[in-house]
Amino acid sequence: MKIAVCIKQVVTREWQLRVNESGTWIRDNDASFELNEPDAYALEEALRLKEQHGGEVVVCSAGPARASQVVREALARGADRAVHVESDALATADAFTIAEVLAAAVREEKFDLVLTGLQSDDQGFGQVGVVLAEKLGMPHATIIMEVQVADGGLRVKRELEGGWFQWMNLPLPALLTIQSGINQLRYATLKGIMAAKKKEIRKVAPQAASEPSQRILRVYFPEKGKKTQMISGSAGDAAKELITKLRDDARAI
Amino acid sequence: MILVIAEQRDGQLNRATWETVAAAQQAGGPVKVVVLGSGVESVATDVAAADAAEVIVVDAAPLGQYTADGYVQALAALIQQENPALVFLPHTYQTRDFAPALAARLGRALVTDATAVRKQDDGFVYTRPVFQGKLGADVAANGPTPHLVTFQIGSYRADAAARGASPAAVRRADIAIDAGAIRQKPEAPFKEAKQAVDLSQAERIVAVGRGIKSQDNLKLAEQLAQALGAEIAASRPICDAGWLPMDRQIGSSGQTVAPKLYIALGISGAIQHLVGMKGSRTIVAINKDAEAPIFEIADYGIAGDLFEIVPAMIAELQK
Repeated sequence: MKIAVCIKQVVTREWQLRVNESGTWIRDNDASFELNEPDAYALEEALRLKEQHGGEVVVCSAGPARASQVVREALARGADRAVHVESDALATADAFTIAEVLAAAVREEKFDLVLTGLQSDDQGFGQVGVVLAEKLGMPHATIIMEVQVADGGLRVKRELEGGWFQWMNLPLPALLTIQSGINQLRYATLKGIMAAKKKEIRKVAPQAASEPSQRILRVYFPEKGKKTQMISGSAGDAAKELITKLRDDARAI
Repeated sequence: MILVIAEQRDGQLNRATWETVAAAQQAGGPVKVVVLGSGVESVATDVAAADAAEVIVVDAAPLGQYTADGYVQALAALIQQENPALVFLPHTYQTRDFAPALAARLGRALVTDATAVRKQDDGFVYTRPVFQGKLGADVAANGPTPHLVTFQIGSYRADAAARGASPAAVRRADIAIDAGAIRQKPEAPFKEAKQAVDLSQAERIVAVGRGIKSQDNLKLAEQLAQALGAEIAASRPICDAGWLPMDRQIGSSGQTVAPKLYIALGISGAIQHLVGMKGSRTIVAINKDAEAPIFEIADYGIAGDLFEIVPAMIAELQK
């Protein structure tokens, strides 16, 4: 099975966010970056499917030059080769633009299966995978917690809300968006890191994209609820004050 | 006209539909609501209680069970017929499955997970979370209308949706569905083996998030839970890692709880978690990141190291 996995580089969860001068995005010039978490699960699922059914895993990313960090990491974890649609403008692009440049870059590869994470930790659109399926003319299913390959098609377990699930059958080629927790992640070995250095990264310039489908006017730290009582002081003092308030004011204990 | 896409399963209206109706009414309406499915007259009657210009029913056998292809096909045809100014949907798992494909097929912008909408100049501005809710963003949609917008669960109140003086007219739309073009074949929804723990009955809950750092450290949270007479629970990443069983998970994919006391340890407060616990009576958040979104909904917050504060709390409780 020829599998594509779409991945995104995002700032690390621990990174202390600061809003940029124009107030439209974060200051990320000195940020640390990592592989978007749901995409890591999508990559792991692709590697497992290849181990069971053979084939090839090709990692695809649309992002600025710095995204090569996560592309290399995916290769070190076991992907066979990579396609990197590279442009600084893609760092903050909307979902339609990302899906369009990815579709253009991978259409000719005729993948049997395309996997993406269900959403990104930064923009959180939750759109790129499904839009990409539409652009590639593939059926799709989202928020997937298990993948079975049977009779030239797929049987996949969709997560619904509140503890419900549903099996969905669909023919190949198909696109799935993967939920975090579908599997246990592997990490790159030293051998994998060495092997990755010889693997192909095909760099592609994005084709002239159409107008973005949405634009950010402003980003900001949300206002704290005024009712929140922040308790300060040493750990001991804060703990004591909190327990007193929970007993006497909130009557919760 | 704002077209609201209702959500139903097996003839049961999803409550989030009312929230989306409220959003559409507050955005200025007039509002029409569309109900899709097979044999959904009773759902249409329910929705017709809303102060709406009309309820439109797309009733077809191939829409009996939800599929992305079926919904995209039906709604693309309906939206072209009705030509609304905007299309509003609840940001449910089902909407997330089909709305991006619908927007792509129509060539229209889609804004997801909006928490608010307001008029500005001759357009609309939407508020949505970015960076897992650590920042808010005001965004505008580009290109030809109708733009599609999905609203985060709980961002508008269902009981804020105005009811009409008399029921809205119900009309059946004439949309032909090509069943052969539906590529997904669904099986019946199911629940995993019965949940061992019903956290919705717990009076007090101590919940842990990524900030707990390792499985070993869970002992500390368990000691606090014991001292409080509380159940232990977690945000999704902890259950994904296998540190606690899945039936201890609070949030959109886990259990929804509203205990007397909810103590969040090292939980940043991604929206997927907040929807499962924000109804709690008293919420305590302990997190080293003072900007963590969990503090926005907490009654009491301590920005500090939980590994110092929790032992001090246990000692205080044992006095």
